[in-house]
Amino acid sequence: MSASTTPVSPNTVSRSDSTPLTQDGQPLKRSLAKALRREKLRALMLISPLLIFIIVSFVLPIGDMLFRSVENNIVRDTLPGTVRALSDWDPTVDELPDESVYAALADDLMLAQEVKIHTRLGSRLNYDQPGISSVFRKSGRAIKRLDNEAAMAALVALEPAWNTPQAWATLRDMKAWPAQFPATAQSYRNWMAWLKSEEGDDVDPTQLVPHGFTYAALVHDLQKMPAAKIESFVTSTNTDAAALFTNLAGNIADLPNDDFKAQFAKIDKGWVQADNWQAIKRLSPSITDSYFLASIDTERTAEGITQKPENERIYLRLFVRTIFLSMVITCSCILLGYPVAYLLANLSVRASNMVLILVLLPFWTSLLVRTSAWKVLLQQQGVINDLLVWARVIDEAGRLVMINNMTGTIIAMTHILLPFMILPLYSVMKTIAPSYMRAAKSMGASDSLAFWRVYFPNTVPGIGAGSILVFILSIGYYITPELVGGTSGVFISNRIAYHISSSLNWGLAAALGSILLLLVLALYWTYDRIVGIDNVKLG
Amino acid sequence: MKFTTGLSGALALSAVALVATAAEELPACENCADEMTIVSWGGAYSNSQLQAYHKPYSEATGVDIVNDESSAEAVAKLRAMNEANNVTWDVVDVVAADAMRLCDEGLAMEIDADEQLEPAPDGTPASEDFGELMVSDCFVPQIVYSTTFGYRTDVEAWGGKTPEDICAVFDTATFPGKRALEKRPINNVEWALLCDGVAKEDVYDVLGTDEGVTQALAKLDTIKDDVIWWSAGAETPQLLADGEAVIGSTYNGRLFSVIEEQKQPVAMLWDAQVFDLDGWIIPEGLSEERRNRALHYLRFATDTQRLADQSQYISYGPARASSAPLVGKHAELGIDMAPHMPTDPANASNTFLYNYEWWADNRDDLDAKFQSWLSQ
Repeated sequence: MSASTTPVSPNTVSRSDSTPLTQDGQPLKRSLAKALRREKLRALMLISPLLIFIIVSFVLPIGDMLFRSVENNIVRDTLPGTVRALSDWDPTVDELPDESVYAALADDLMLAQEVKIHTRLGSRLNYDQPGISSVFRKSGRAIKRLDNEAAMAALVALEPAWNTPQAWATLRDMKAWPAQFPATAQSYRNWMAWLKSEEGDDVDPTQLVPHGFTYAALVHDLQKMPAAKIESFVTSTNTDAAALFTNLAGNIADLPNDDFKAQFAKIDKGWVQADNWQAIKRLSPSITDSYFLASIDTERTAEGITQKPENERIYLRLFVRTIFLSMVITCSCILLGYPVAYLLANLSVRASNMVLILVLLPFWTSLLVRTSAWKVLLQQQGVINDLLVWARVIDEAGRLVMINNMTGTIIAMTHILLPFMILPLYSVMKTIAPSYMRAAKSMGASDSLAFWRVYFPNTVPGIGAGSILVFILSIGYYITPELVGGTSGVFISNRIAYHISSSLNWGLAAALGSILLLLVLALYWTYDRIVGIDNVKLG
Repeated sequence: MKFTTGLSGALALSAVALVATAAEELPACENCADEMTIVSWGGAYSNSQLQAYHKPYSEATGVDIVNDESSAEAVAKLRAMNEANNVTWDVVDVVAADAMRLCDEGLAMEIDADEQLEPAPDGTPASEDFGELMVSDCFVPQIVYSTTFGYRTDVEAWGGKTPEDICAVFDTATFPGKRALEKRPINNVEWALLCDGVAKEDVYDVLGTDEGVTQALAKLDTIKDDVIWWSAGAETPQLLADGEAVIGSTYNGRLFSVIEEQKQPVAMLWDAQVFDLDGWIIPEGLSEERRNRALHYLRFATDTQRLADQSQYISYGPARASSAPLVGKHAELGIDMAPHMPTDPANASNTFLYNYEWWADNRDDLDAKFQSWLSQ
């Protein structure tokens, strides 16, 4: 539909073996390429304002929105330690994760509630696991009351040096300490972030010992290590580290932990339900297919990807309905628009201008006013029903239901989109010379034969352009179906709008939007294959 | 949440009409912006706020208040503003469920009621004066409204009978005609269960099971063909006035206006009305001057007198217990407002308490089921 302006490739002056040179001694080829490049750059600069505008205001925001359909960093960012600890846990076994996961959870939540992001994670998880949002909300309030001193007290009882900032400095200086003490290192980072948020920048974390959660993490790390490794700390040349671990070695298995699992069970029983943990584990990767699965009425369960229960399926049905209704609307636009466009193209200039104004008038009226006007006309106590009852075509009890259903959507949207069909048709018909028809008739064709064999084929590009416009506009329509569609006449875009503005499930909205976009592209491609996109004329 | 008792008891007292006195006692605002944007719902409701809060506040402080009528999309817009790091709203009027959502998402700031709000005239701290209505840490309640039913009083097919209780909605034999219900599960599924023999206190336990949801939808199925589903609160009054629906649910203030202001043949059915709250939040991420201004406004607009003043313009109950005795007459019609309050004892004999926490957990799930049911 658009003409591209590729420069014509230059003819080289000579095809002899010696490289042709220009006057300044440059090889002609290079000089030409240079000139062409300059030309292209200039062209690029001319369109650059538009290009930048389109990229900034269209491509980037839409790309960002569509990316949300798979983006899922929130679990990993909010519960980093928990996600790491969960990597050892097998969700298919119907067992709860072990204590180290709960310790990591306590630690992560302590920081998350401090920076107030735990409830945000709760509402994200709630899309896939109903009921979990209140688990997070309750836990945020209760987390500060958790007992977290047991591990610390036991460690310090065995080796008092653990209660000094130097012990932690030694630990931090150990080679590859995040790899050797993964939970502890994570917890230490969380604690520093927590401290900064709680106390500001004035406090130097290196002068303090971390809170109890970090000691609990250390105990878990130690208990997961083979005894030989702890022995290697004791015998290492790093005397500071050796001193820290000498008294611990041999006692590690007996170190108590704070039993966070029991404490979490007391906060909310949701924490001891395996399905909640399965949901967290399932959603812990930073890319997810859960939104796309949900948007085609499926979900991931223990048995793999399955269809949702019958009473929760909705999106496939809406997609089918959206496409079906859009096609019906496009067809009715063709049926109604074709005669009008024909009239426009064949009337005298004066009269056709008048008709054109009538066609354009709806364009200048607010969409909401037009839609509401249809309500007044079509409702059961409305103008049309009143007229029909008055004319005794129907009786009082038999008033027609023409709105708040599919019929309402089709009528109102056909009316609203009609100009988009009439105008391309009109501009195509305008270019068909009347002599074609006269020629056909002079050759003996009847009126209808001349029309179908000569006139109509010439208008097909206009029908094509109008149909594409109307179809693509209607497939994404939202406000009119919402107002007049009742329940049987709503489109997929109404659900997208709901998820954007009401449920805040932007990921699902983005997935539905992506699918809609793909559908339009697929239909466009099919159209191109069948009719040919060159066969489309806007004027 | 039994906030009805305190409010309604107080409302029963004779109402004292008080003119909003310019707040000469209003303390100066230090380091504050001199312009603010307040977001609300528009229509008669925004007008009541304009008269009761914005005008006196502007007069007392000289602050320019810009009104934005975007409350219906407040949650989505606030999230977008927050992501863009450009919050342009200062105070936002939202329903309690949205406030909870905003608080959960970290989009609204926490407000310490006792520190940042005015105590009652007798010195009762704000948190006690609002009592159970403070359903979220970020939310300052403003009004109590209820979702309830209105019906036409001139339906011939009803043979002179009038609906006495909520179950009339489900009784299409005695009360034939179209019903207007909101296009979402909230309230509808509760009413359906109540009329299907579930005891009031068991409703949310039953709804928590798959069978319960099926039961509620099955009950709604019996009237599905007779329902016009609305999505904006203004639709039901219009449908009732046109005779397009004979009975329908909406917010009580909308019905007040269609009955008392427009004098349409419509009456209230107060049975099983569902109380809900509307109030203020302050977005997270404001600059210090703007936050100070927002808090200064909030302290003024949610004091006892101001909340009572609002009820001169719209029939919603003030959220402070101490405001209730001050509820006066309608500013234009001159009728007593107390009997039109959802919290009036005559209206509140049978109310239903909406469970915020439950809906916050189950809204997405139940909505999917409800919409699936609707589209079948």
